[in-house]
Amino acid sequence: MTENNNIVFTPERLAKVQEIIARYPEGRQKSALLPVLHLAQEQFAWMSQGVMDYVASLLSIKPVEVYEVASFYTMFHLEPVGKHVIEYCRTGPCVLMGGEEVFSHLQQKLGIKKGETTADGLFTLKEVECLAACGWGPCFQIREKYYMHLNNQKVDEIIEELSK
Amino acid sequence: MEDIKPTMFKVTVDGVEVEVAPGTTIMQAARQIGPEVAPPAMCYYEPLKGSGGKCRACLVKVAAGSAKDPRPMPKLVASCITPVQDGMVVENFTNPQVVEARKGVVEFLLLNHPLDCPVCDQAGECHLQDFAFENGVSTTRYEEERRTFEKEDIGPYIQLHMTRCVLCYRCVYTADQITDGRVHGVMGRGDHAEISTYIGRAIDNDFSGNVIDVCPVGALTDKTYRFKNRVWFSKPVDAHCDCDKCSGKVQLWYRGDEVIRVTARKNEWGEVKEFICNTCRFEKKKTSDWVIEGPTKVNRASVISANKYGANLIKKPDFALKLAESQYKKIDDSRPYVNEMAEIKQSEDYKALMQKNESFFKK
Amino acid sequence: MSLKILTEHCSTPGIETLEVYRKKGGYTAVEKALKKMTPDEVVEEVKKSGVRGRGGAGFPMGMKWSFLAKPEGVPRYLVCNADESEPGTFKDHYLMKTIPHLLVEGMIISSYALGANKSFIYVRGELMYVIRILEKAIEEAKAAGFLGKNILGSGYDLELVVQPGGGAYICGEETALLESLEGKRGNPRNKPPFPAVKGLYQSPTVVNNVESIATVSWIVNNGGEAYAAVGVGKSTGTKLISASGHINKPGVYEIELGLSCDEFLNSDEYCGGVRTGHRLKAVVAGGSSVPIVPGSLFLKNANGEDRLMSYESLSDGGFATGTMLGSGGFIVFDETACIVRNTWNFSRFYEHESCGQCSPCREGTGWMQKVLNRIEHGKGSMSDIDLLVDVSKKIEGNTICPLGDAAAWPVASAIRHFRDEFEWHIKHPLEATKPGAVYAGAVLV
Repeated sequence: MTENNNIVFTPERLAKVQEIIARYPEGRQKSALLPVLHLAQEQFAWMSQGVMDYVASLLSIKPVEVYEVASFYTMFHLEPVGKHVIEYCRTGPCVLMGGEEVFSHLQQKLGIKKGETTADGLFTLKEVECLAACGWGPCFQIREKYYMHLNNQKVDEIIEELSK
Repeated sequence: MEDIKPTMFKVTVDGVEVEVAPGTTIMQAARQIGPEVAPPAMCYYEPLKGSGGKCRACLVKVAAGSAKDPRPMPKLVASCITPVQDGMVVENFTNPQVVEARKGVVEFLLLNHPLDCPVCDQAGECHLQDFAFENGVSTTRYEEERRTFEKEDIGPYIQLHMTRCVLCYRCVYTADQITDGRVHGVMGRGDHAEISTYIGRAIDNDFSGNVIDVCPVGALTDKTYRFKNRVWFSKPVDAHCDCDKCSGKVQLWYRGDEVIRVTARKNEWGEVKEFICNTCRFEKKKTSDWVIEGPTKVNRASVISANKYGANLIKKPDFALKLAESQYKKIDDSRPYVNEMAEIKQSEDYKALMQKNESFFKK
Repeated sequence: MSLKILTEHCSTPGIETLEVYRKKGGYTAVEKALKKMTPDEVVEEVKKSGVRGRGGAGFPMGMKWSFLAKPEGVPRYLVCNADESEPGTFKDHYLMKTIPHLLVEGMIISSYALGANKSFIYVRGELMYVIRILEKAIEEAKAAGFLGKNILGSGYDLELVVQPGGGAYICGEETALLESLEGKRGNPRNKPPFPAVKGLYQSPTVVNNVESIATVSWIVNNGGEAYAAVGVGKSTGTKLISASGHINKPGVYEIELGLSCDEFLNSDEYCGGVRTGHRLKAVVAGGSSVPIVPGSLFLKNANGEDRLMSYESLSDGGFATGTMLGSGGFIVFDETACIVRNTWNFSRFYEHESCGQCSPCREGTGWMQKVLNRIEHGKGSMSDIDLLVDVSKKIEGNTICPLGDAAAWPVASAIRHFRDEFEWHIKHPLEATKPGAVYAGAVLV
């Protein structure tokens, strides 16, 4: 799994990396790791070893320092993912609001289970813990967008919209 | 000129008083008194900066914080990272709460540990064996499946058995502090955290072999020594050589005339005195490579000298042992509904349910 | 209408912009603090206010500020904890997305009071859209001269940085948060040293919750005594409560501390009562970590006296009959909720979120989850109940950080108050595993 070729940030993102590093005191560029990993996921979709090694080189830290961090935080995808990663909340308050029914409907609708990707590569389902939207649940998140007060019908509409 | 002596702190551990320098931890103060009051340590390792605080094996009760403020500390504290105060009173093996908590830690560490001691190269010098033997109970209450990991090859010299790992982080500190470039670390989190080089990067570094010596269990073992012998059948001798990378001070482990293993020398707490290089450890396996100093002085309590686990390796206060026996709460499962339950569990419906829910029980 | 210190202007259109925020009196507190008050005077007002940390622990904020070490020549940091991840809690999310300048203004004043020239807002990474809102607010504040060099000619400089997390509940623990902010795994640190002495980059650091910092503008404008006059006893001021679960009106509400629990649950100004047509079974009053109590023990304490929404009243009776205000994550369960299933759900959360550093939490949370999972899915035995209690006791108090306690309490309290429900699950696996099946013997209000 070495795909080091072509792992380079766009010029805009490279400039952003420099801007982020400058936020921290001299010698503390490692603090930029999480924001830069988010940038990397934005561009490369998931954290291949090549991507993580690239991030390490940008921040002058050891590759292992990136691996141990990327694997600690649940937002980073360590496997390839579909175009839309649906991260739905499985925690208590969303369950009380009917989350289990809605998300089992979502799985049926897409024909996949949690952790899987649809055959057309369009959707990946990821089960996550509380998204801090308990009163507005059930909820899921796709990239930066929160979808709240979900029910089966809304789920259908969202999937159809994104399938276009 | 007269030496200016620093003010010494008086500390009491399990009723024994000792004077130590300010800044000393409870663990170190207790070790100064001796093994009969020294708390066990599964993660703390004096030569490694920043180690400790994680395994909770060394929890103690501070019954009096200091002479100035004799209030007890509300929670048990990790003795390896808690500095003493003047007049502090510490209870270790003499405190029921400590004995109970420690039994819990033994149980937690053994939950997912494979108990494959008969085929583990660490058996006999395993700190988890010692810890469990001296502080635990002999039964398990764990009915769930044990955690497993995908096997990972981390190079020609070191064998990684992740299932045995207790996540003490010692090897990570070692790689950070002793080698010039750490390539392994702790990946993932929670009960699926694992020591890994990630995507198979081999550990190749002149000092990488030291992770074997610091590992308290059989998670990191010497590949060149694999299945060669049980440690209690081998004879350690101290030896040295002129090495341009390390001190060259080692222990040779003999089976008959054959050097089957080379390790660093350890102090009475099982801590490496001087780290050694991979050339000394893995490549000098002939007696002629070394200047022999003589047999290693082996701790009386060690299986290496005892040749087996005896009943009174280290004398613990009777009180603690009796308490451990009496406190272990046998779970009462003898209530009347047990029969009724047995019937349900025989039924076809119940079998069908178990089949349906099977996926929930497998992880 | 009760006093709204934080949310008064939340429904004003455009309040997320500097322009509208200033029209509503925003940033006057920055002017007052920087031009007319010394840093120590600000600290003094916050101390007088008695405001307590709103992240869950409830430690007096002014006291926390006064512990900050101030060695010469060493930078000091203020870090805002916006890693809100406790199940049931979404107030900071609401506050930041609705009125971001309230936090920015609070950060400026608090940083000035503590002598920090670089301050951070650590926001959970999932809330990237909120991070963009905050960054925009910071840009606006900077353009208006409230941030940057020589703010309002006072000679005071401040840079404000928004830092995203990466998905980890544990980073809400202050030392884990600092580790994360340094670009590391979110492993909580051993204490001492405390952050007030050695925090971010080994420098003295204060970590405060979003809601706590958001109160500072009002305290500066109106005085600490005015703040302390609101509320009851040592529970001064107002508190945001995130209300979710089986109620008619889930949402974020600002209450004056000391409001009766009955009024909060049942009045139309707040939750609007349990879902119409249903009855109250249980309440988690302060986020998933605090003990769950039956509805009756939420409304009245063991002596039959009305309970109030305050730190003291909710914890009255200790863990035997009381609970905690925590972070104000208020979750209501009606008779359709299964306590066993919910306990398993919470337990799974803590297993998932344990950092794995110390053994009681790493192993214990997984163990409890697996046992609860078996009970929930029809494979429990009676001894499992005692086992769960014992395991929870062996975790509680023995871990590096409070996540261990947070994992132990929900299990211990659920068994304490709903033991018969667990026993029913175990004794009647065929009935209990039917979809939607709930124990019929629960005492409802």
